[in-house]
Amino acid sequence: MKKYTYSESKDTRSGFGAGLLEAARQNKNVVALCADLVGSLKMNDFIKAYPDRFFQIGIAEANMMGIAAGLTIGGKIPFTGTFANFSTGRVYDQIRQSIVYSDKNVKIAASHAGLTLGEDGATHQILEDIGLMKMLPGMTVINPCDYNQTKAATIAVAKHQGPVYLRFGRPIVPVFTAEDQEFVIGKAVLLNSGVDVTIIATGHLVWEAIRAGEELEKLGIDAEIINIHTIKPLDKEAVLASIEKTGCVVTAEEHNRIGGLGDSIAQLLTKQMPVPQEYVAVDDSFGESGTPRELMDKYGLNADAIVASVLRVLKRKQLK
Amino acid sequence: MTKNSIHNLEAIVQQVRRDILRMVHACQSGHPGGSLGCAELLVGLYFELMQRNEHFDVNGEGEDLFFLSNGHISPVFYSVLARAGYFPISELATFRKLSSRLQGHPTTHEGLPGIRVASGSLGQGLSVAIGAAQAKRLNKDNHLVYVLMGDGELQEGQVWEAAMYASHNKMDNLIAIVDYNGAQIDGATNDVLSLGDLPHKWMAFGWKVVEVRRGNDVGSVIAGLRRAQSMTAEKAPIMVLLHTEMGNGVDFMMGSHKWHGVAPNDAQLESALRQNAETLGDY
Repeated sequence: MKKYTYSESKDTRSGFGAGLLEAARQNKNVVALCADLVGSLKMNDFIKAYPDRFFQIGIAEANMMGIAAGLTIGGKIPFTGTFANFSTGRVYDQIRQSIVYSDKNVKIAASHAGLTLGEDGATHQILEDIGLMKMLPGMTVINPCDYNQTKAATIAVAKHQGPVYLRFGRPIVPVFTAEDQEFVIGKAVLLNSGVDVTIIATGHLVWEAIRAGEELEKLGIDAEIINIHTIKPLDKEAVLASIEKTGCVVTAEEHNRIGGLGDSIAQLLTKQMPVPQEYVAVDDSFGESGTPRELMDKYGLNADAIVASVLRVLKRKQLK
Repeated sequence: MTKNSIHNLEAIVQQVRRDILRMVHACQSGHPGGSLGCAELLVGLYFELMQRNEHFDVNGEGEDLFFLSNGHISPVFYSVLARAGYFPISELATFRKLSSRLQGHPTTHEGLPGIRVASGSLGQGLSVAIGAAQAKRLNKDNHLVYVLMGDGELQEGQVWEAAMYASHNKMDNLIAIVDYNGAQIDGATNDVLSLGDLPHKWMAFGWKVVEVRRGNDVGSVIAGLRRAQSMTAEKAPIMVLLHTEMGNGVDFMMGSHKWHGVAPNDAQLESALRQNAETLGDY
């Protein structure tokens, strides 16, 4: 198992804030909008540097999506900012008609995704957003794993032509990817080569997958670990090449089991390479209040859950 | 004195009415009522009031922009765009048919020149127009953005989010227009969900309001819109409440909401076309 270490922990939303500032420095057409959550989205540095390119919308997310669509008419590259819940479900039709169906170059920056929003509870913890966004034809869906990758992803999506859903979160998590990494949209990142099982993780579950790989190594299991930061378009070649080698897969995500990364993998495999698959995901339920750590443990989104799923899927592979 | 004489504009309006009726009849679907009622407005905008570039570009820099928020009146939009030279007039025959660029509701998706955003699901156009107006400000582009909404559409909450935003941000390069015909699919707006005192509502939201009483008279429409143009750059968005008649120009369609979304049959089409003689040549 390849060794992964980290010297600091940070929130992915701060990676977005740093990336937005850098993207704005690189291209004067980058603008940002926010629905009364500037501090939560870490947009303060951008606003200080480029006050004329920031639009405070107020608590009016539907209007924000429409204004973002309009700003692209005139060549702007707008980033909208609010919590993932208010970035998707609340404004689905505005995103669908005014942005994606209209081919608008809008970047939807969604913070506080999933359970790790924590104490605010289920009203704010969306676990369906990946599914909602990936169902839109032409939408790109990205869920980076740490501060550095979120920063790199933000800079990359500003250069990408077309609508993007960029999902990140609130909790402090290890920063283990390279500061100067190249972020290629739609390209899987191989974290560890192995032969027994493929673990495919996204977002906050990527670090948990690395920890699970270390535990599995102690059990004599050689896991291949893939970080899928781009859920759509999916890097099918990388997934199929790995699973052809290992013959079974565990997917891990901070999302509902229905409609997330796991379903994207299952759809690919059903058609091209049916193998046993186990899901580490929320089992079709809402969340609740608690600390991020407590919630991830209670809902089975951690390294232990990944290890247990690997043992299950290996048993199924042997039976096959 | 206008670029085009009122007489010429009236001739275009009459041909647009014929186009609307024939398009809706040919596919036996679509929305003739509101389309007929807005013929004078769209002809006035595209043939007289707006500064437009010769070649269409989605970004529309250096020209005035128009957004149709109530996308269901696509027949009048398509007819006026074709007659203004954005795409071949013959293409009007493909309206609502398979593989056409003239979808039931306007879209950029099939690449039809003249369209800058999809509309149909109501309440979204004002926000988009505000965004485009913000982009014009950033680009130091001194042109105007127009947007048309239905009056029933004002029942959508997003419109009022946008209304609040536009006045707070002093969007004075924006002219919004409401097709104030008092009717929607299920009946009179007063019966379905009252709009209340619309002029005062918009004023209370910080907008300057221009009321045009005779929205189916080309001269009145142009005079009203010119007045609105003269009020731009004064730190407030402008609302034009345009009183129109659904189905205007066809005797059996006027004065009723029943032709909001119903196509005429052969005999009805013949009667309607007799009331609107060919002026520029049918498609």
